[in-house]
Amino acid sequence: MAAIYNLYIINKSGGLIFYKDYGSAGRMDTNDSLRVASLWHSMHAISQQLSPVLGCAGIDLLEADNFDLHCFQSLTGTKFFVVCEPGTLHMENLLKYMYELYTDYVLKNPFYEMEMPIRCELFEISLSQAIQKDRVALLGR
Amino acid sequence: MQFFGGSDISPSPPAPTAPGNNAHMIYVFNRNGVCLLYKEWNRPLHTLNEQQDHKLMFGLLFSLKSLTAKMDPTSADKGNLGVPQLPGQGCSFHSFRTNTYKLSFMETPSGIKIILVTHPKTGDLRDSLKYIYNLYVEYVVKNPLYTPGAPVRCELFNTALDQYVRSIA
Repeated sequence: MAAIYNLYIINKSGGLIFYKDYGSAGRMDTNDSLRVASLWHSMHAISQQLSPVLGCAGIDLLEADNFDLHCFQSLTGTKFFVVCEPGTLHMENLLKYMYELYTDYVLKNPFYEMEMPIRCELFEISLSQAIQKDRVALLGR
Repeated sequence: MQFFGGSDISPSPPAPTAPGNNAHMIYVFNRNGVCLLYKEWNRPLHTLNEQQDHKLMFGLLFSLKSLTAKMDPTSADKGNLGVPQLPGQGCSFHSFRTNTYKLSFMETPSGIKIILVTHPKTGDLRDSLKYIYNLYVEYVVKNPLYTPGAPVRCELFNTALDQYVRSIA
């Protein structure tokens, strides 16, 4: 089964609020992950400026030599993106499921401050379970 | 990283992947960021003026390459973000897709960047970009009247490019 390397969640201003590494060769340190997240936020916005047609919502999928990056942007501007092996299927469903987990475990948590880094253990546990589960189960949702 | 197998133009260009998708535009940049060629076939929306559009496109590609080199999950030691990468050094991206367009990108070892913007359902255009690079080499670089680094003004190249892009569209 194709691997997921890591996950990022960025708030609407481009700040990193969640980063989890699931098995890449070089785990990035905090500063680098922050920089990469803001860079992605800006690239996402710039790609909308270069669209030849109206109604561009930003980059959904970036294909590189060694990995694919899938991005999902919610209606509120929060972006969820996942770095995975090239050709991994059903990442959009995983991202939508991640969004559901985010609304359930993070947003409904009364102690969570909006736009701040996520420190909810239940969210991380259920996320790891979703990643390790067979992807066929996710398809059925 | 092996770029090109032979030096002749391949006799059979790759078959069209999705019929009826017209290409929107093409950009060719050299390693200094000079836009050697910009051609549009179908572009209803112009957000910026031409100069700004070229600069923005080049800047976006430069930053995306820097991002992919840094984010590469298969290599343990990566350079710092923002350090200019040599062509072929570090992991580079070959395409990205949005809901309204797909951008396919190829960089040659000499730093020539070819960008093709098409319909989002287009398939993998890497071979088509290699073919376009071969067209560039045959009609532009081998033209003795062409100065490297100047915008391309070769009629034969434009015709061949038009013909080829219409055939993959």
